[in-house]
Amino acid sequence: MTKKRTGVFVCHCGTNIAATVDVARVAKEMAGEDSVAFTKEYVYMCSEPGQESVVQAIKDNKLDSIVVTCCSPNLHEKTFRDNAKRAGINNFTCEIANIREQCSWVHNDKAKGTEKAIKISRSVVRRVNRNQPLESIAVNVTRRAMVIGGGIAGIQAALDIANAGVEVVLVEKQATIGGRMLQLSETFPTLDCSQCVLSPKMVELKRHPKVKLMTYSEVQELAGSVGNFRVKILKKPTFVDPDKCKLCDECTAVCPVVVPNEYEINLTTRRAIYIPYAQSIPASYTLDESTCLGLNPVVCGKCKDVCEADAINYDMRPETVTEDVGAIVVATGFDLYDQANMPEMGGGKVEDVLDGLQFERLCSASGATGGHILRPSDHKEPKNVVFIQCVGSRDPAKHCAYCSKICCMYTAKHAQLYKHHVPDGRAYVFYIDIRSGGKGYEEFVQRTMEDNDTLYLRGRVSRLYRHNGKVRVLGTDTLSGQNVEIDADMVVLALAMVPSKGTTEIAKILKIGRDKDGFLAEAHPKLRPVESVTGGIYLAGAAQAPKDIPETVAQAGAAAAKVIALLSQSTLSRPPLIAKVRPSHCTGCGMCVDACPFLAIRLENGKAIVNEALCEGCGSCSATCLRAAIDVKNVTQLQIFEMIEACLA
Amino acid sequence: MSEQQNYEPRVVAFLCKWCSSAGSDLAGVSRIQYPANATPITIPCTGAVSPMYILSAFNKGADGVLVSGCHIGDCHYIEGNFLARRKMHLIMELLEFIGVEPNRFRMSWVSAAEGAKFAQVITDFVDDLKPLGPQEKLKKAERA
Repeated sequence: MTKKRTGVFVCHCGTNIAATVDVARVAKEMAGEDSVAFTKEYVYMCSEPGQESVVQAIKDNKLDSIVVTCCSPNLHEKTFRDNAKRAGINNFTCEIANIREQCSWVHNDKAKGTEKAIKISRSVVRRVNRNQPLESIAVNVTRRAMVIGGGIAGIQAALDIANAGVEVVLVEKQATIGGRMLQLSETFPTLDCSQCVLSPKMVELKRHPKVKLMTYSEVQELAGSVGNFRVKILKKPTFVDPDKCKLCDECTAVCPVVVPNEYEINLTTRRAIYIPYAQSIPASYTLDESTCLGLNPVVCGKCKDVCEADAINYDMRPETVTEDVGAIVVATGFDLYDQANMPEMGGGKVEDVLDGLQFERLCSASGATGGHILRPSDHKEPKNVVFIQCVGSRDPAKHCAYCSKICCMYTAKHAQLYKHHVPDGRAYVFYIDIRSGGKGYEEFVQRTMEDNDTLYLRGRVSRLYRHNGKVRVLGTDTLSGQNVEIDADMVVLALAMVPSKGTTEIAKILKIGRDKDGFLAEAHPKLRPVESVTGGIYLAGAAQAPKDIPETVAQAGAAAAKVIALLSQSTLSRPPLIAKVRPSHCTGCGMCVDACPFLAIRLENGKAIVNEALCEGCGSCSATCLRAAIDVKNVTQLQIFEMIEACLA
Repeated sequence: MSEQQNYEPRVVAFLCKWCSSAGSDLAGVSRIQYPANATPITIPCTGAVSPMYILSAFNKGADGVLVSGCHIGDCHYIEGNFLARRKMHLIMELLEFIGVEPNRFRMSWVSAAEGAKFAQVITDFVDDLKPLGPQEKLKKAERA
């Protein structure tokens, strides 16, 4: 091996690194390495002058490889590899030593931090010593996209992608698209009707020639990588042919099964055969297999008998559909925090205590009460209503630590809607702080307080229970320092937003990370807010974090733009860090063949052969090979051994 | 006793690129302090950690070795961490067999979202290594 000429560039990152790591010493130590021909330290290596100095140093000193000791490779590996390329050397001979996230930010002791930074840097210098120049592998791109979730985020993303001329498959778990937004009555801060805004988009999506809509379907499996995914989808049977169904509603009249209606958040009931809403898309009925008496004419069969259009077919079976797509947008939305976790708020067992979504259904003209606010227990108009904010939010000790962001605004909206429906009623709001950042939001809250005569009480509620046919709410007003006791006709809880029920499973299937609260994790909190950590998979809406409708629409548009940009390339390059066999060392034992999770290795004439299209470069093969005959390029066993030595020197 | 308190174990930490390395980045972004004893080596997957790496680290004077990857079932490469887990059990048995405290080796599952957990894993490991004192059994004698 000819001796390398490596350049080491130590970044101060302002004081982010320099405050707890002696950068000059790191540079000095690295200069002592055999292969290092040049070292430099600079205050911001990623700045324009910093990057230029790297390019210049490579040219001036005839460097053939570089190590930049700076922040995480997730941030600037690409930056400096591009610079290496610009300076005329191979980009894969550039490596990053992470001495910020993994060192300077987590160790205050400068002596110890410096020692560790030297070890990290030295190990990367040794690694680069044996890095080979590599060329990226070009792969074709499937010019189709998939959107998972048919709420406002998914609808917007799918429409934006389809309008760019790219075919989209939209997969929705429920029997209708529309998601949470379809359950809302009015939206803040304009109080325009939610359905009126959303329904045209739903219809446009349904009619769009570039959109394939798959409702009542769930993603089951994902294979492939960015540019070429293969997705298996389970299409559950609805037992009703949407093309034949005339929406006459005869079937629900005869169905003997009555179950709680989950689309109305259990405020009403539905039959086993049902349509979620009048605006449902696809406009068709669904027969719920789990509650139907048996899909069998001998047992019941009333709906089939009464259906003149002959749309009901008991012989429908689940289907597995495979779709090839190049990019995926995940927009799986949110649920409300489970009231059962909050016994102090009645645990979901106290009558006339509703959650925010139930209150939306009470206000909605298409809801359970036809748009009249009536309390569930006796169907009377509530004369005083207590709204409680931050229920489950901002409570790191017992519930969710984060702020659910939209509750201040929707509670103000609820109070206004209540006052519009019941002008002589009294609305109370318990709050911790009012967070009304957003265009027109603060003015909206002020209108709720002043024009709509709502009493805002700063403090938390400690307990609520039934008392004399009302709900007794015990709380504190921390501004006056007094305990408050209100006998309310109705209580509305602004429950925390949590990731929707299936988020864990979908994250597992797609191999995308979740954050500490269970929301889908973005690749970088500031610079890559709509990308997941997995290439080609993007995030939109409340599945990523609590957010309101305008933000969701903006994020969906951003995710769509990312998808369009990705799919507009004719080929993609994938990193060439894949396995390579040394035939001279291979004995054909086949251990690597068994270890490979991607079935990328086969034996031919007694030697292992790697299928470069399938190999993902995980290295499971090299860890099983007794003779070091198979290695991942630029992460070879020899390199790791030398890195270990450097760490312990 | 005081000697043991001053003793700083040297740890090599193999972190998978997708979960634990990202988790350590999050610990950094969150500025969670933990002992500087462990030097990280980022590898594509815990499945890529050959048992030889661990023995080599002890051979070169490590007092402890940590392998940290994605949670079981969350592996970016489908099943790499299952392969790792299988091998790591054997390593523990081998260490015990040759007279090295098996506690000098540890495997943990830290996701990209678990910055605080990463810091805790390192802190706990270093705390647990301190009473064991320096690892001499597998350390190659210094050449004169």
